[in-house]
Amino acid sequence: MCVVLAACSSAPSDREPARETYSGMYTITARPGLDPLVINRIHEWTLHVETPDGRPVENARIMVEGDMPEHQHGLPTKPEVTQNLGNGDYLVEGMKFNMPGAWELTFTVTADAGSDAATFELVLE
Amino acid sequence: MRPRAAVAVSVAAVVVAASGYGLWSFMRGPEPHAWSPEQRRTLRSLWIGSLPPLAPDASNAVGDDPRAVALGHRLYFDTGFSRTGEVSCATCHQPEKLFTDGLQLAKAIGTTKRHTPTVVGTAYSPWLFWDGRKDTQWSQSLAPMEDPVEHGGTRAQYAHLVARRYAEPYVALFGPLPDLSRVPASAGPNGTEEERAAWSAMSPEDRDAVNRIYANMGKAIAAYERRINPGPSRFDDYVAAVLDGDPARAASILSLDEALGLRLFIGDAQCINCHNGPLLTNHGFHNVGLPEPPGTAFDSGRINGVKQAAADEFNCESSYSDAPPGLCEELRFAKGQGFEILGAFKVPSLRNVAETAPYTHLGTTPTLRGVLEHYDSAPTPFMGHSDLVPLGLSENEFRQLESFLRALSGPLDAPPELLRPPG
Repeated sequence: MCVVLAACSSAPSDREPARETYSGMYTITARPGLDPLVINRIHEWTLHVETPDGRPVENARIMVEGDMPEHQHGLPTKPEVTQNLGNGDYLVEGMKFNMPGAWELTFTVTADAGSDAATFELVLE
Repeated sequence: MRPRAAVAVSVAAVVVAASGYGLWSFMRGPEPHAWSPEQRRTLRSLWIGSLPPLAPDASNAVGDDPRAVALGHRLYFDTGFSRTGEVSCATCHQPEKLFTDGLQLAKAIGTTKRHTPTVVGTAYSPWLFWDGRKDTQWSQSLAPMEDPVEHGGTRAQYAHLVARRYAEPYVALFGPLPDLSRVPASAGPNGTEEERAAWSAMSPEDRDAVNRIYANMGKAIAAYERRINPGPSRFDDYVAAVLDGDPARAASILSLDEALGLRLFIGDAQCINCHNGPLLTNHGFHNVGLPEPPGTAFDSGRINGVKQAAADEFNCESSYSDAPPGLCEELRFAKGQGFEILGAFKVPSLRNVAETAPYTHLGTTPTLRGVLEHYDSAPTPFMGHSDLVPLGLSENEFRQLESFLRALSGPLDAPPELLRPPG
């Protein structure tokens, strides 16, 4: 199962699954806990949230949304952040994809600096 | 010019026939049995060889116990578990019909409002029933037992019958039977007014004792059903040949039409969006805009089913489940709202689809061609959102897709003795 996370490129920097949020408040790193990442299996992700100067964001509230733009529907499940793992790491449980194709995952982080979001693109076979 | 053209066509036809479609790409497009690396990965994902061994069901401690399989086998076929003494699980889920009934709507004591889905392979499904109102296989098997139009009996009636007829295998699996001397002959929360009143009048301890026997019945039946799975079809033999890099063998397994149908299935016809994985289902719920039968109210499907599952007294998180806290992820993270699940119904497996007509949750479509025509036209649903887009299939493509679907038939992967009533 080939997964393209964040960007589809052979450049090493593009393989790092990290994204700056839209307004630049945070940097989010998103890693699936399933390798290979397959459809139809419920699984966890781990998020790491830090400020632009590299300090972990310890007390964020994070909302998870998934979307399949080509099909105008979201995830088949309602994933949630269930644990603050410390050091800016958060556990997301209940993630599941049920179709091959292009998905978008949007994480909205609310912490001291305010609310800001980043979207990750994935292509699942 | 005309005679020469005719000769050229006939020569080409002879060469094509002689060379195993060697001129196919010249004449019509890609060679039908040649698959790109990406397509081969897709084919592998649909292959029955990719079906993992059945994981233990954490909610059912006896799910893989052969003694539970044997007990469940007997319970499955026992018509004593009904109000009339004439209905068993096998009345509608008939082994000889691949655990379906061939009817538009199920007929037991009465007629149900939805079509009978198969039992085959359902142990792999996180949600049961067309609307997913059950999240465990064992609790699914209990609901028809008390449905007035299906088995129509009560759980107290069934607890007494278990104690009378199945005490020995029950006790061996689940421990001593409780004292049922205070339990009415028939009582249950889904029975007649008198039976409901009798149920309410029972002590909480007695109700719990009956519920426990009732849940254990379901667990034994689920243990039996876990052994009923699909086996390899010609499609799977074909994929094995493709993965072995043996196109000649592949070409001897699927016809041209079937291979072209497969190409459509994973390509332009977009069937694979939902009918994916080795069971050819994503186990999800989608609204495909099926017309509501005249005179019926809109069926909200999954959006109602998920609420029922969450409130179910026998769900994965209930006190009757064997699952430790935290292991009922599907229920815990189920999507309970959203336009996607309004009017949505479960995606059925397509294994043996040609043998299990009629189709859809309403059983209103008697032929595969009819199903394909529905997907081709992609009607706007009465309510909710449909993922379908009009396909514009040609007559050839209809034929090819239908041919491919017929290649998904194969024998069951089940011990033969489980496919007939216990001896």
